[in-house]
Amino acid sequence: MSNLFFTEEHEWVRVEGNKAYIGISNYAQSQLGDIVYVELPEMDDEVSVGDSVGVVESVKSASDLFTPVSGTIVEINEDLEDSPELLNEDAMANWIVAIELSEKEDLTSLMDEEDYKQFLGEDA
Amino acid sequence: MSYDRLIFENSVPGKFAYSLPKLDVPEIDPSSLGTPIREELDLPEVSEGDLIRHYVNISTKNFSIDKGFYPLGSCTMKYNPKINENVARIPGLSKIHPYQPQSTVQGSLALLYELQEYLAEVSGMDTMTLQPAAGAQGELAGLMIIKKYHELRGDHHRTKIILPDSAHGTNPATTAMAGFELVEIPSDEDGSVDIEELKAVIDGNLAGLMLTNPNTLGLFEGHIEEVTQIIHDAGGLIYYDGANMNAIMGRARPGDMGFDVMHFNVHKTFSTPHGGGGPGAGPVGVKAFLREFLPVPLIEKEGENYVLNYDLPNSIGKVKAFYGNYGILVRTFSYISTMGGPGLREASEMAVLNANYLMERLKKTYRLPIDKLCKHEFVLSGIQAAPNVSTLDIAKRLMDFGFHPPTVYFPLIIPEAMMIEPTETESRDTLDRFMDALEAIAKEAVENPELLHNAPYTTPVRRIDEVYAAKALILTYKDMLNEKN
Amino acid sequence: MHRYIPNNGALLQEMLEKIGLSSMDDLFVDIPQELQFKGELNIPGALSEMELLEKATKLSKKNKSTDDLTCFLGGGVYDHFVPLVIDHIISRSEFYTSYTPYQPEVSQGTLQAIFEYQSLITQLTGMEVSNASMYDGSNAAIEAAFLSIASKRKSNILLVSQGVHPEVLEVIKTYCHFRQIEVRVVPLNDQGRTDLQKAQELMEAGVASIMVQNPNFFGVVEDIDSVVKFSKDHKIMSIDYVDPISLGLFEAPGDQGVDVVVADGQSLGNGMNYGGPYLGVMAMRKKDVRKMPGRVAGLSKDVDGKRAFVLTLQAREQHIRRFKATSNICSNQALNMLVASIYLNTMGKKGLREVAIQSASKAAYLKKALLETGHFENVFSGPNFKEFTLRYKGDVDALLKGLEEDGFLGGLNLNRFGRDGEILIAVTEKRSKAEMDAYVDAVRRLS
Repeated sequence: MSNLFFTEEHEWVRVEGNKAYIGISNYAQSQLGDIVYVELPEMDDEVSVGDSVGVVESVKSASDLFTPVSGTIVEINEDLEDSPELLNEDAMANWIVAIELSEKEDLTSLMDEEDYKQFLGEDA
Repeated sequence: MSYDRLIFENSVPGKFAYSLPKLDVPEIDPSSLGTPIREELDLPEVSEGDLIRHYVNISTKNFSIDKGFYPLGSCTMKYNPKINENVARIPGLSKIHPYQPQSTVQGSLALLYELQEYLAEVSGMDTMTLQPAAGAQGELAGLMIIKKYHELRGDHHRTKIILPDSAHGTNPATTAMAGFELVEIPSDEDGSVDIEELKAVIDGNLAGLMLTNPNTLGLFEGHIEEVTQIIHDAGGLIYYDGANMNAIMGRARPGDMGFDVMHFNVHKTFSTPHGGGGPGAGPVGVKAFLREFLPVPLIEKEGENYVLNYDLPNSIGKVKAFYGNYGILVRTFSYISTMGGPGLREASEMAVLNANYLMERLKKTYRLPIDKLCKHEFVLSGIQAAPNVSTLDIAKRLMDFGFHPPTVYFPLIIPEAMMIEPTETESRDTLDRFMDALEAIAKEAVENPELLHNAPYTTPVRRIDEVYAAKALILTYKDMLNEKN
Repeated sequence: MHRYIPNNGALLQEMLEKIGLSSMDDLFVDIPQELQFKGELNIPGALSEMELLEKATKLSKKNKSTDDLTCFLGGGVYDHFVPLVIDHIISRSEFYTSYTPYQPEVSQGTLQAIFEYQSLITQLTGMEVSNASMYDGSNAAIEAAFLSIASKRKSNILLVSQGVHPEVLEVIKTYCHFRQIEVRVVPLNDQGRTDLQKAQELMEAGVASIMVQNPNFFGVVEDIDSVVKFSKDHKIMSIDYVDPISLGLFEAPGDQGVDVVVADGQSLGNGMNYGGPYLGVMAMRKKDVRKMPGRVAGLSKDVDGKRAFVLTLQAREQHIRRFKATSNICSNQALNMLVASIYLNTMGKKGLREVAIQSASKAAYLKKALLETGHFENVFSGPNFKEFTLRYKGDVDALLKGLEEDGFLGGLNLNRFGRDGEILIAVTEKRSKAEMDAYVDAVRRLS
């Protein structure tokens, strides 16, 4: 089974051990356009599924990053503070936050890459 | 070469533009003021002549209603009568302090009282407050009144405000600011309230519904009585966003439609100038049963005298210091007096006629998602023969034809929306020339879309790099100097 | 038929025909019959220019203006001199009849004016960023308070000094009631300054900020350094509600370490206009800019590389962020913002200092002279700037009524704010020695 999952909010989750790295999908970055700012959460914050753990801002929009998993914020990608355009350049390679999972079953409701591609087909 | 200087770049040490009489009492020692004194005050040094030239030069880079047509949907950019400015500057009406004894401001209080009566008449509401500084603050005061009403009845669980998804952005933002939860419901294909969707979200936690009528697509909500009935039956109150009042003055009144609370945008409906973004004023009207919640003071008449009444124990309090944006309210009074009741009705009738006149011809070239009799505005959605040309490109190209673009990308429920509101103060000739321009652009869009994509060409500056602005965040002259170094 | 409505008569009929209708009533058939307003709106008019001017002038004569009465009233609104250039500039159609600068290519005048205003305000306050104005001081104050709540997780309490203008405090309480935010009022000490020991007692984990006004409502100059220290010790924000004129002399609050500066900008060239329109000033540190409400202009360039200005950070605002916006503010006080900019540029480096010095010197002169009459007592021992509070030994109402008959707006009776016997008196650079001497003479006569 792959360790890469997607949400209907166009976020991706890559699970490494007990840690989930979260980013936005390529489709999401293309919809947002030029990303000018990424607001990152505070380290050590406890979060639950559906909480906002950041904001991705373009000139004409601002989208919350809703976490699809519960746990504790253990890493934030500070490179994005100075270079938010990294998300436009390669959305899949640039994670935004990492969360230490408190409940692994959160992942079961997410889509795998194939499902997400199909979902995009319907959405696009 | 056009003028391109900041006031700071005109500053020369030793120059000055002010004039003050000599100090005629002993000068204090600043150190006696009990606070650290600054060594330097970093402000520009310019002469009066420099100053005037600076502002005249930058002013000419603005489009304005006195220069040309502003078909901005939802903004009601009508002509700003000059007499309003004169009346607002009469010394006896303007050079007055808000804490003067009431006996010395009877003229102003009479004017404000009369204005309240006029606004109540136009809206069909019972009592007005003139305090809110703008439409958004009016919305907030209105929602506070709704919340206080429920609180006083012990209904603390009524925390939900319903909004259609076509609502202006201030509606959801105000909902948050007043501490309510937001429930958004999708509109039907006309942009009207979808009755089934509405019924589905009604429950015991309902506080109220906010609505604009005519709605943001410029269409009158035909089943408004059913909507108010549903909300009232569920124990909620219904709020009228007066943004589109210019469509219905003297033809229909929110109070008669069953609305409980409403605000006006006087800088839309009543011709007070936009001023490059403000100031406005947002008077709020309520039905009699909500009077006790209005912000204090109320302006009332006692016998022959006008008074400020602070004795309202259940009032929400105050949303603004003093009594409102008085100078703007004087202009509102001036406008309404100039028009009179029949004049206001005529204004709305002509605003609606002008809008339908435009819609009828433009729908042949542009996509019109909803082809129905409109009120004061309507929404287009791209060029029929060039569906890939963006609304942004059309808007920018219009500038080269000497017109301000319409409101674009709003309402959010119509893709590539272009919202056009001509107002009653535009002549048929102007409307015809505007349509000629839009048709010429539609032709260009087919023949040479690149031309549109690179427009405008004739404006003081051309398309601006907004991404750079948002990333570099150069927000002051000091930032600018730091960026250069 | 009306002069502002050009299409009428035959033209109107032609237009109706073009759209296939025969009468104006046809335009409103979509309004249900029972909702159609059948009568005539009961509003008199239409008045001709002559009639309206006559009516308005008649109303104005029922007022007594500051042309009739020499103004010693303050309490947040001051009779400073308004340089004549201001009205000339803001009367240009290009400024006052233009719309919000959402289309930057045709709004460079307004956008540059905003950029310059932001620059002037940050220089005046020692802050890094400013927005393009809020509605007024009360509105800037509550928005700053909300900003502090948003900046600190799980906070829901504000400390607000008793020295903050009572109407501003009332606005803060009104807004906070609906957001379940608690407002704790910090009393003043004998000097008339915010009592930070009492503030200490009011502290707890949920406090987001402390707000003081300087000089405060009673005219006392606050100890901002101590307020800043208090806020830093407790890791809460400090909000300083200033009189912008005082910054002609006082150290910039930004340099003192204040987190957010707010003000009512009336003093900066705006006429008194019975309470508005003025503008709310708001300035802060750049790190907080994304939490700042209101419009902001930024510098950029156009496709030809030419310097250009544009509204930026719009993704925080209501028209994009909707329910999650930093505020619901849309229309602001743009033209009053322009007034404030013109004022600061007219007064410039030396003039604003001169206004501050003259106001403070004259206030000191009058306060001394009034105390020397023996009819007053000083209420607070702290220093004053241009305004001061005295206790009158007689009947304040009778004194003020008598002064009005002698041609003076003598001051503000503080009994309306629950302080019987006290009177708040403001002096600006406009008051001459002769006016002040006449005022003191009148007080002697009336006492």
